[in-house]
Amino acid sequence: MQLYGIELASRLLLGSARYPSPAMLADAVRASGTEVVTVSLRRESGGQRSGQGFWSLIRDLGVHVLPNTAGCHSAKEAVTTARMARDIFQTPWIKLEVIGDADTLQPDVFGLVEAAAELCADGFEVFPYTTEDLVVADRLLQAGCRVLMPWGAPIGSGRGLNNTFGLRTLRAHFPDVPLIIDAGIGRPSHAVEAMELGFDGVLLNTAVALAGDPVAMAAAFARAIEAGRAGFQAKPMAPRDLAEPSTPIVGKAWLA
Amino acid sequence: MHLLVNGAAHDLRATTLSQALDALGYRQAIVATALNGIFVPADRRETTTLADGDALEILAPMQGG
Repeated sequence: MQLYGIELASRLLLGSARYPSPAMLADAVRASGTEVVTVSLRRESGGQRSGQGFWSLIRDLGVHVLPNTAGCHSAKEAVTTARMARDIFQTPWIKLEVIGDADTLQPDVFGLVEAAAELCADGFEVFPYTTEDLVVADRLLQAGCRVLMPWGAPIGSGRGLNNTFGLRTLRAHFPDVPLIIDAGIGRPSHAVEAMELGFDGVLLNTAVALAGDPVAMAAAFARAIEAGRAGFQAKPMAPRDLAEPSTPIVGKAWLA
Repeated sequence: MHLLVNGAAHDLRATTLSQALDALGYRQAIVATALNGIFVPADRRETTTLADGDALEILAPMQGG
């Protein structure tokens, strides 16, 4: 898969939050085979300078970092956060989140398009966290985005793909745009479903970080995404309403 | 100089943003800065002057999804 000109062997993008320990995060990243890890920016708390240690750990993993604008509720806030992220992480990549609703963490798609246009014009390579809305997707592409990241379900909910019809339609409308399912994935089977629908990749965090065994779950997701992609490429059979025997009837003995 | 740093009041001997970061112990740290809500790139900290009551945000890399 290619994202903004970067060739990636893994189709899994992994978040770095909520792991039981930094060591567990590092082990999960390695087990997942991911080449892209999302990070954030926050106030350094107390005198501990924990952010410096975290950044050192991520750099040692040798992955691409995808900074986010998590928690931003306006285009202005998101744009400023993106610029601060670029100053620290030295990458034009930004996972653009403009949140419109505190309960569902649903994107504010109006603010998202506004912020995307400003950031693309400023040289950013924007990964917008959006809904499956076709018109919004089109506006984001017009704004300069070359990757779209529709949600599967609300962030951290683990519900899987809430609107497979909408997601399938989005895929069909934009066959040449890299589409990454971002958020809502809870189980490897959800990732398989996303990949079988033809999505280019999956971004997840909580499903691995809060698993009973995050490292084993990271490996499970890696295999699920590979299996789903292979299934999509192999062109699944069309479903039927009624049964059709797989064993030939011709030649069956008359034993009744 | 009275400053609000990440939401907390500080009295610092600093006239520039760069000096304020030094006074706060961020000389070697990897951080991003904003002054009164406006992003200040690292290469402009030395020439960015402070005024009493300014609000300074100092952000560091953190876990994120």
